[in-house]
Amino acid sequence: MGEIGHTIGLAHYLTVGAILFATGVFGIFLNRKNVIVIMMSIELLLLAVNINLVAFSVELGDLAGQVFSLFILTVAAAEAAIGLAILVVFFRARGTIAVKDISGLKG
Amino acid sequence: MIETLVFYMFALFCVASGVLVVTSRNPVHSVLFLILAFFNAAGLFVLAGAEFLAMLLVIVYVGAVAVLFLFVVMMLDITVTELKRGFQAYLPIGAAVGLVFLAEIAFVGMTWTTAPSAQSNLQSATNAEGQNTVLLGQIIYTDYFYMFQASGLVLLVAMIGAIVLTHRKRTGVKKQVIAKQLARSAKESVELKKVETGRGI
Repeated sequence: MGEIGHTIGLAHYLTVGAILFATGVFGIFLNRKNVIVIMMSIELLLLAVNINLVAFSVELGDLAGQVFSLFILTVAAAEAAIGLAILVVFFRARGTIAVKDISGLKG
Repeated sequence: MIETLVFYMFALFCVASGVLVVTSRNPVHSVLFLILAFFNAAGLFVLAGAEFLAMLLVIVYVGAVAVLFLFVVMMLDITVTELKRGFQAYLPIGAAVGLVFLAEIAFVGMTWTTAPSAQSNLQSATNAEGQNTVLLGQIIYTDYFYMFQASGLVLLVAMIGAIVLTHRKRTGVKKQVIAKQLARSAKESVELKKVETGRGI
């Protein structure tokens, strides 16, 4: 434990987190047709959030941020498992995973 | 000095592989770049002093989530060209939204300062020196015990949900049913026939 080194500060970590988050948002728009890559983009978003939490946690000397990050990791794993299971079921039923066909799931 | 270099290396690889995740044409490559991004993020965590989370990231994300992605990508027979149609069409709006987002975060970052009272609002302030893992363990199992149990419950529900969703009864598969075998009696399965000599059955 301890503070982040003097040369590398909170701002550096937050910048990495911000760029990763923007990349994730960009990826969701870019891969409108590919559900799997959209889910990977969501994982990137969660990773960016985790980087932010850990950076603040270390900077402020408060472990609550790291505990929260732990829970985010749990939820991300659960989300990935359920999402991929739905994807597999959908692929079995339709033979495709194109997003525009998924809109037929409603109702 | 060396710490700075290592930070920039991890940060650069993390961001670059993040970009490659969303732009590469083959989903399998995307998953592999996702794994690289997670590894480099774990490196950043180690550098920041959060060793336990770094190891957790490697074990949970790389070991479980990314491999799950890899399985699904390889299991589903996806034509790459089909999915990438419209890639060019969505590029401007995606880039616009991403850049606007980044600019907004940058503006927030420029004007943001820590509140003076923040230091007194700490939830689990750690002044104790010790290993990150030990300190985390000390509060997870005490202060955050119910949260910890709840997250276990989330994983349980996710596991049951995934099994229920993907489980299916296959038809036309012959399986051994012990109960059926035991329920049979000699009376209904063995038949005595009187065979006359020289005639056959």
